[in-house]
Amino acid sequence: MDRRSKLIEIIKAVTRKDDVPAPDESLFDSGLLDSFALPDLVSALEKEFSIQIPDSDLNPRKFDSIERIEEYLISRN
Amino acid sequence: MAFIKEFGSWLPDRVVSSEEAGSWVGSDARWVINVSGIEERRFACEDDTVADLAARAAADCLNRAGVNPASLGMVMVASGSAERTFPGPACMTAKKVGAEGVPAVDLPMASAGSLFGLSLASRLTEQLGPILVIGAEKMSRIVAREPKERGVAVLFGDGAGACLVAPDSGQAEIVDSVLGTDGSFSEDLTLENGAPIKMNGRSVILQASRKIPAAIRAVLGKYGIAPPDVLSFLMHQANQNLIDKVADTLGVPSARFFSNIRKYGNTSSASMLIAACEWSRCQGFQPGAPVVFAAFGAGFNWGALLARGV
Repeated sequence: MDRRSKLIEIIKAVTRKDDVPAPDESLFDSGLLDSFALPDLVSALEKEFSIQIPDSDLNPRKFDSIERIEEYLISRN
Repeated sequence: MAFIKEFGSWLPDRVVSSEEAGSWVGSDARWVINVSGIEERRFACEDDTVADLAARAAADCLNRAGVNPASLGMVMVASGSAERTFPGPACMTAKKVGAEGVPAVDLPMASAGSLFGLSLASRLTEQLGPILVIGAEKMSRIVAREPKERGVAVLFGDGAGACLVAPDSGQAEIVDSVLGTDGSFSEDLTLENGAPIKMNGRSVILQASRKIPAAIRAVLGKYGIAPPDVLSFLMHQANQNLIDKVADTLGVPSARFFSNIRKYGNTSSASMLIAACEWSRCQGFQPGAPVVFAAFGAGFNWGALLARGV
């Protein structure tokens, strides 16, 4: 499974919705993600991609869309 | 050594329902309760000052402890809603409670203020004698400011809590504490003079949901204690959803986290000590059993404190 497919599966699992957001669609503005689901998304990313996201990187904007999450993950490689 | 000798609290009589609070921002009670767990909060009289609220909680605490205010070694007042920049409410609180001449220190930190106060008091009490730590907030004055933000104005309430820390004896020994501060996020939760509270709720929740469990694990880990072995967690009452998330992260039932946010809302620096006071009346310390205090707030400042029943 490629990175994007993994991301979509994570978002579906965290939001408990089957909606597939557009890559540049805000997960918050679309109503898919709320403040209390965001920590779950970050934890799921850490687990799936075997990374430790430092607190200093926990800017909600970095996790606001599939594209932004991908950008962040690429920056960590 | 440092001991928790007694708690005290004071809450205003006026109950403000979430239906009323929701109406300020075009929402209903159901929405407020869903996003915060808050069903009602208390608002003080217009003439009441933060020092008035603090002094009432202080008097409650000292009366319960049977301690003469003149014998105090220090008074600490945590508040983020003081009426003016200086002097802060500590000097007037000490005067109102009958502790004139006792050094009084302000901790203008908002939500984590009481926890920092307890931690500092535990380190100072052997040198200074009994230290009265108070958290007091009149948030109703703040939330009345326009423009009212939907996700902020409905959260807060007024109240005060107090804890007497003593060097010789008490209900529980303060074993240790860990504190942290990261100014990188200082703009995500601010209260400028005369302005409403500005809060990046996503950032606050994201950071708090990581830093509070980490601080709790850090202080417990120093003594080989696992979170499920803790009798009760007394956490800053910011949001029921956050309390539940911290409990889930630590792998303990939410019921282990004492909660009264439903009744009082978020009273910022006062909330943890108000909760501790209520908890001590209905449950309280048990000999040898660990109890954890924890808080997170503007700054960001956060921490956890371990106490053990005597």
